[in-house]
Amino acid sequence: MSERTLYDKIWDSHLAARLESGQDQLFIGLHLIHEVTTPQAFSALKENGSQVAFPDRTVATADHITPTLTQLRPFKDDQAEAMMAALEQNVDEYGVRFLNWGSGMQGIVHVIGPELGLSQPGMTIACGDSHTSTHGAVGSLGFGIGTTEVGFVLETQTIVLNRLKVHRIEVNNQLKPGVYAKDVVLRIIHDLGIKGGIGHAYEYGGKVIENMSMEGRMTVCNMSIEGGARIGYVNPDEATYSYLHGREFSPREEDFDRAVEYWTSITSDPDAAYDRETEIDGATIEPMVTWGINPGHSVGISETLPDPDSFESEDKKTAELGYQHMALRPGDPIAGTKIDVAFLGSCTNSRISDLREGARVLKGNKVKSNVKMLVVPGSQKVKMQAEEEGLHEIYLEAGAEWRGAGCSMCLGMNEDKLVGYQRSVSTSNRNFIGRQGSPRGRTHLGSPALVAASAVEGCLTDPSGMVRD
Amino acid sequence: MPGDDIDTDRITPARYLTAITFEGMEKALFCDERENMPDHPIDNPAYNGAKMLFVGKNFGSGSSREHAPQAIMRFGIEIIVGVSFAEIFAGNCLAIGVPTLMASVGDMNRLISHTQKTPETEFVANLENLTVSHESEIIQVKMLEERRQSFLKGTWNVVAILRSNLPRVREVAEKIPYINNFRA
Repeated sequence: MSERTLYDKIWDSHLAARLESGQDQLFIGLHLIHEVTTPQAFSALKENGSQVAFPDRTVATADHITPTLTQLRPFKDDQAEAMMAALEQNVDEYGVRFLNWGSGMQGIVHVIGPELGLSQPGMTIACGDSHTSTHGAVGSLGFGIGTTEVGFVLETQTIVLNRLKVHRIEVNNQLKPGVYAKDVVLRIIHDLGIKGGIGHAYEYGGKVIENMSMEGRMTVCNMSIEGGARIGYVNPDEATYSYLHGREFSPREEDFDRAVEYWTSITSDPDAAYDRETEIDGATIEPMVTWGINPGHSVGISETLPDPDSFESEDKKTAELGYQHMALRPGDPIAGTKIDVAFLGSCTNSRISDLREGARVLKGNKVKSNVKMLVVPGSQKVKMQAEEEGLHEIYLEAGAEWRGAGCSMCLGMNEDKLVGYQRSVSTSNRNFIGRQGSPRGRTHLGSPALVAASAVEGCLTDPSGMVRD
Repeated sequence: MPGDDIDTDRITPARYLTAITFEGMEKALFCDERENMPDHPIDNPAYNGAKMLFVGKNFGSGSSREHAPQAIMRFGIEIIVGVSFAEIFAGNCLAIGVPTLMASVGDMNRLISHTQKTPETEFVANLENLTVSHESEIIQVKMLEERRQSFLKGTWNVVAILRSNLPRVREVAEKIPYINNFRA
């Protein structure tokens, strides 16, 4: 068979039934669950008198509401405590593996999936979280779903979907120093728009992606949804296989060889047909930073802010609202904008390479006295690795706070929140109004290096030139 | 609710997501922006009891939280008409039985300004011939055919159908090489 993309191959092999409506019922190979989007789904399961159909293919962790200062129970927030207790009771009652603190494997669901070898090429992966697209970095299809759908997966290990089109995005040439995976994906979203991916899966390729680390690919795939694409993926290659080799849930020995053979077979054919193709010259990508209220509102750090008139109709109104909310003016340079908070963490940028990237900038520097910097590893394993390398000492000496694993200040669902009009520079994925917990809070998104450089200077700062070895 | 790219963080701010049921979720609907906007459409008494919500492009973008369509539905909205919808949001709407209909930018702007001028207008949405109409105008709307069929056939609540396919699902699963982690 030829002319098929990885998307087609995985879809076809997981197709359980075509429903009378014409929609496809797809088998889900891995269901990742967390405390926030599951209690109502388990309640429905209980009401229906059903069981979890494939408990072995379901893995739970806790990340969204978990405090990052101390995990002592009961949590200070009563609702968070009730939510956590509900998850504990549900996994216990239905026989689901729970990677809680005691396991040493707890963390943000999109960090631990690949890190533990749970997420593998060729899989369909579902999770009640839109950033499930992250898992596409290992060559799987990751579907973000809602709570009713979480219930479907618990009860039947399937979801109902319409096939998407596939948009191939090639990033070629090579990146300039100080430019990272985060900048690549912000540039892609800048160019294609936040609605550009609706109805599409993004297949990322080209020299820059091929040469990118697995963790960098995770950052890129993670933000596919910010461009409107529910799915983003990279075809598995040698980098994927060596990344997965030896991880807790990866196949072992001869099983691994058989796995690689299968994983290679599901990559897109050389003559695969795409519904749309885009090429970006990687050498033209700047360190990016957002200025507005969605991830498409971005500029290179050395650029000035765009004229709202350069946007079309309704986009112009959104841009104007963005300027109003962010208290910025068109034509002004973005660099130098004063910040109050620097956040290094989230499912986009909290892996070991991200913590190294930030530490290279911070080493021997101090976080500006009026800036609060939070560094939040994505998982217990990332935290342990970072501490082995002494990265925590660099952060602590610089005056940053070194926290426990969780979603933290990405989403304002736990104790880590912006207050009032605070302005943050953040490695997370969304600069929506209110996203970081304060309805008036202001968020600028950037790479770990840009966040660290900005923390040192107390204002949005180009990290190129501040990176030390 | 005019404007594009209205994300689910705006529709239901995250701090309302720590409840373990969807009960009362309507209270969270646009709650942060309503606080600073006394004339917010949700609070406009002229729209009391409205069952149809008119929106712009890319409505429901961002987070997959079902709390957003749950809040809209529990507020009393039964159908949403807009230029386009974010993928996951539209899927969530289908899963809970709220049709999402798409109209052109021009038609949508007219519908919105019509309801702003004469909020008492009664609109009718017809899924059979894909129209939204009021006494002086009929506009064509679109919807993914599969989704339309789900509503017309009354099968949008698919869990029973999915469950009845479980034997077939197990057969398909058995053939997928990773199901036993590649053990020989």
